[in-house]
Amino acid sequence: MSNMTDIETANKSAVERMIAARPILTGVSTAREVIPGMRENLLLHAGPPIEWERMSGPLRGAVIGALILEGLVKSESEAIGMIEAGEVDFAPCHHHDTVGPMAGVTSASMKVYIIKNTTHGNYAYSNLNEGYGKVLRYGAYSEDVISKLRWMNDEMGPLLADSLGKSDGIDIRALLAEALHMGDEGHNRNKAGSLLFLKQLAPLVTGSTASDELRSRVLQFLGDNALSVLNPVMAACKAMADAAHGIERSTVVTAMARNGTDFGIRISGLNDAWFTAPAGVPVGLYFPGYSSADANADIGDSTITETAGIGAFAMAAAPAIVTFVSGTPQDALNATLEMYEITTMEHGHFTIPSLDFRGSPTGVDIRKVVEFGITPRINTGIAHKDAGVGQVGAGLVRPPMSIFEEALFAYADFYGIT
Amino acid sequence: MSATINEIRPGAYFDSVVLMQLQRELAQLQGVIDAGVVMATPANCDLLISSGFSFDEGARSDDLLIVIKADDEQSAEKALAQVDQLMSRKRQIQSEGYLPKSMQAAAGQLPHSSWVLVSVPGRYAAKVARDALDINKNVFLYSDNVSLEDEVELKKTAWERGLLVMGPDCGTAIINGVGFGFANHVRRGAIGLIGASGTGLQVITSEIHRLGAGISHAIGTGGRDLDEEVGAITALEGLNLLTRDVETEVIVVVSKPPAPEVASRLLSAAWGCGKPVVVDLIGHPAPARRIGSLHFTSSLTDAANVAVRLIQEDNESGIRQRINPEESTQRPKFARGILAGGTIAYEVTIGLQSVLGPFFSNLHIDGVKHLPDIWKSQEHTILDLGDDTFTQGRLHPMMDNDYRIRRLRQESADDEVSVILIDLVLGEGAHPDPASELAPVTAELLQKAQQSNQLLEIVCIVIGTDEDPQDLNYQIEQMNAAGAKVFQDIGEAIIHTIDAVLPVQSKEWTEQNPELLTMPVSAINIGLEIFSESLRSQGAEVIGVDWRPPAGGDERLANLLSRLK
Repeated sequence: MSNMTDIETANKSAVERMIAARPILTGVSTAREVIPGMRENLLLHAGPPIEWERMSGPLRGAVIGALILEGLVKSESEAIGMIEAGEVDFAPCHHHDTVGPMAGVTSASMKVYIIKNTTHGNYAYSNLNEGYGKVLRYGAYSEDVISKLRWMNDEMGPLLADSLGKSDGIDIRALLAEALHMGDEGHNRNKAGSLLFLKQLAPLVTGSTASDELRSRVLQFLGDNALSVLNPVMAACKAMADAAHGIERSTVVTAMARNGTDFGIRISGLNDAWFTAPAGVPVGLYFPGYSSADANADIGDSTITETAGIGAFAMAAAPAIVTFVSGTPQDALNATLEMYEITTMEHGHFTIPSLDFRGSPTGVDIRKVVEFGITPRINTGIAHKDAGVGQVGAGLVRPPMSIFEEALFAYADFYGIT
Repeated sequence: MSATINEIRPGAYFDSVVLMQLQRELAQLQGVIDAGVVMATPANCDLLISSGFSFDEGARSDDLLIVIKADDEQSAEKALAQVDQLMSRKRQIQSEGYLPKSMQAAAGQLPHSSWVLVSVPGRYAAKVARDALDINKNVFLYSDNVSLEDEVELKKTAWERGLLVMGPDCGTAIINGVGFGFANHVRRGAIGLIGASGTGLQVITSEIHRLGAGISHAIGTGGRDLDEEVGAITALEGLNLLTRDVETEVIVVVSKPPAPEVASRLLSAAWGCGKPVVVDLIGHPAPARRIGSLHFTSSLTDAANVAVRLIQEDNESGIRQRINPEESTQRPKFARGILAGGTIAYEVTIGLQSVLGPFFSNLHIDGVKHLPDIWKSQEHTILDLGDDTFTQGRLHPMMDNDYRIRRLRQESADDEVSVILIDLVLGEGAHPDPASELAPVTAELLQKAQQSNQLLEIVCIVIGTDEDPQDLNYQIEQMNAAGAKVFQDIGEAIIHTIDAVLPVQSKEWTEQNPELLTMPVSAINIGLEIFSESLRSQGAEVIGVDWRPPAGGDERLANLLSRLK
């Protein structure tokens, strides 16, 4: 009986913190200057910890690309040599207050968004979104990929830093709340959010002293990319989820992440432990010419959106993308209704018009996942299994049930519940 | 040469109705001799084996087992291949909206629902019912195989929270015109019922309908509600609800054989409810055809007939008013009878005990407790003073009042006594003027009681005729003058005594929602889907839960989860 009170109270308190967190995009800076523990030979990656030998194609490609970008190597073979000589350290983004989409590889010289949770004071970081096509986050590292990254680091990044520096910051929670009312769910669909982001940045960018050409190119770049807000959104979700982490006795999930090989979760009341199992292949629609045979196992930190109560959890807000899960608008409603079964609270800020403005389901409780046999739904992009090919589709994936069961047993051990 | 093939689908739970329909449809396919589709519990597997099916070993309780026996291998394979199609046809009907997987989610979709119908397998049923009580819902517990301990715990919890648990193993109920489980379509009317579990209620409600009257509500209790351990919790709550229900004018209580003390407890509550109550407690001897507002019947149809007659008679006399609780809290609890007539004592004991609960006596009657010390009464006691022990060395009390007067003083000195019954038996051979000796002591004792604020009554049964030598009227006058309540009819004396002694009613009532029976029925259904469809077709609001065993039936995880609640 006392367990119940303890766990219920702890979970409520954790998720209340998650909801109360107010993530503000305050600026852009260089990773090594802001991310705690960042250093030259450290590469951050998506998902739970993983060693080079077990990395999938897209993650390996992104690692190689990042080493080239950092100027540490000139070629793939040099990169592999350096890694095999043990001269490169790897760590999950999550261990450094950071999140990254797909491969999520973040290196010391990259520009990153800075999110400050003004309610609780914690920070979170995410790199800048490269747009579509051949991009590092899908493991591409050809010359054009690297030169685009250099441009982002050397020209767009400083301009955004300068622009944001003159502002009070952008309230990402408010932006998301509005985007959910415009057909976004915040993970796979960020069209509305990216336009809202552009709308807020445009006056700041145009007001800067950069060249007309640069200002125009940056605005074009941000506007062409319907995912431009994804990275600050992910960092905002990370800041919110982190606010819920470390609550004693809480069984709430505070991180879900995939590295392309394993799916991992962390639990608020279980310190820094990861519970992992092989990641599945998403079920969804493929771009012409591709099929599930081309798909990499699930990858990326973007599941932080579902962790924070949006993404697939707010699917009812985004009927336009139900075709990814081969469904009807009713299926979109059902997806969100299902997530209420395994979550702790309804979000106070993220509301869903089609559900009579009910708050989105927030704070996955591992007890409910195991009891009802319902794993969290995740909307995701699908990466090609070979480095550098890029996105081949989008769809739905669910984490393996075993990691929730394992977490439950670990919880019982940790708190001496026999 | 026939062929039998099987398929085991691990961890795929379906309710038995779906599986039975599937089984029937499979069996109708061409070339199929027979089909078995079950959750592979040991009991179900045994059943299949005994029906002549053979299948692979190793299926677990939470696996779906499909066995098909056909004329040949090809027909069997063909039938097996159709399983998914047949099942999805079933599913399609209800895949429109979202089917919640948990009661909590269902409650979120239907927050004002007041009922949860539970028909999951027995080993999960108690937990589901407990969860329903935890979110403040009343429970219709259709599931059987719920342990007595669980039933007691559920009902006690419900009692404390002012909620109702109908069942377990409750097949029938009618609430506000909506039949739960297996219920007949009956006319709406003024007769409210409380019954054990199913067919009994169906028999009576149908009979009442046939006789032209109607049903207000029918509350199911489950077959063990009147067992000693359960103590009629649901029946008492049902009685409370029907008592307060404006529509209900006559109440019928039927049950399987009750524990005697529980029966008395229920009847004592029925006595005080202020409405006529027709009682058919199978195996519980009726003390009389009628005691006050309680009408005892000996069969289900008899009960229906009496109830309908009572409705037609309208406000019949003899309905007890409920005792003012404030007054009754100060009431002493016990009745004592010191009677000269053995048969009178016998009849009084049986009559009083049926409502007031256990009596002590020197009479040897089934269910009446043996008084250990005949010279000292305890709790409710009726004594036959004509017993040999009392008459040794003295005359029979019909002739000699000496010991009776002493005993009258002794009983009245006990401040837990509220009524003392005595009898005056007149006629040849009896005392020539018994009232001349008993009236003065009656007056004295009543006066003394009044001075010390003790609520004491002396009830005097007078048996005789106006032609008897003692002069019946003169005897009655003397006793009346002394303040005794005089009755010539033993039945009326019993009724008066019960009224005077009846325990405080308010103790039996819980704080139930008085609108539970009059609100439109709105329910969450967990288990058999046919119950959802049935409620919906009757115009009730219902949401079905797509229920699965916790943790997919993994015992180890389920146990762990129960400790993390």
